Amino acid sequence: MAITTEKLFGVHATALKTYSNRNRVLASNIANADTPNYKARDVDFKQVLKQATGGTSTLHRTHARHMDTSPNGAARPGDLLYRVPHQPSLDGNTVESDVEQAQFAENAMRYQASVMLIDRRIKGLVSAIKGGR
Amino acid sequence: MFKIFDIAGSGMSAQQVRLNTVASNLANAGDVAGSPEEVYRSRQPVFSTFADALGDASSVGVHVRGIVESTAPPTQQYSPGHPQANEDGYVFSSNVNTVEEMVNMMSASRSYQNNIEVLNTSKELMMRTLTMGQ
Repeated sequence: MAITTEKLFGVHATALKTYSNRNRVLASNIANADTPNYKARDVDFKQVLKQATGGTSTLHRTHARHMDTSPNGAARPGDLLYRVPHQPSLDGNTVESDVEQAQFAENAMRYQASVMLIDRRIKGLVSAIKGGR
Repeated sequence: MFKIFDIAGSGMSAQQVRLNTVASNLANAGDVAGSPEEVYRSRQPVFSTFADALGDASSVGVHVRGIVESTAPPTQQYSPGHPQANEDGYVFSSNVNTVEEMVNMMSASRSYQNNIEVLNTSKELMMRTLTMGQ
C-alpha cells in the first residue's frame, strides 16, 4: 500500500495550500487599503473545496490556451475574483478594512484547525507505529 | 507563503512614508514667505500597486510612486510689519491643512498596525506548520 498525503491527511493537505494562498490575497488587500483604484480580490473558497473533495464539474486545463469548458465562461474554482464592496469609496478603492480583517482572522483560524488535524493524525500514526509505547 | 512578509512589509514602508510626509507637513504648517512660489506646500504620497516584482496576481504589494505637492493656493495675509512681507505688505502662509494631516496620521498608523497584525498572524501560522507532528 502506497502512502500518499491524500490518504494520510485527506482534504487537509489541499486545504492548507488553499488557505495559505488565500492568506496572501487577503494580505495584499490589507496592504493596499489606501491605494487609489485598487480592487479587493478573493477566491471562492467553497468552490475550491468542492473541487478538492471530488465534486469537479470542469475539465482540467494544463495550458492557458486550452479551451474553457466551464458554462458561459463562468469563474473556475480557485480563480481570483473581485469583491463586491458594501460602501465603495470615491478614490475607486474597494478594500473595506473591517471585512478584510474578519476574513483574514477566519482564514487563519481555518488554517490552524487544518494544521491541528494533520498534527493529530501524525501523532496517531506515530503512536500506532510504536504500538502505544 | 514567504511572499506574505514582502506584501505586509511593502504596506508598512508605504505607510511609513505617509507618516513622514505628515510629519513634514505639520512641522512646516506655520511657514510663511513673501511670495506664493517660495512658501512651503503640503506634500502627499501617491500609492500604487506593484505586482510584477512579486510574481503572480494573488500577491500584490504597495509602493509609493511619488510625492506630489498640493496645488491649493497658499493663504494671503496683510501684515505690513512682517519682515518677510512683500512690497504690498502681504505674507503668504503654507497651504497645510492641520486637521487633514492629523486624520492622515491616524489613518496611516491604523493601516500600519493592520499590516503588523497580518505579519504576526502569518508568522504564528508558519511556526505552527513547522512544529507539526512534534
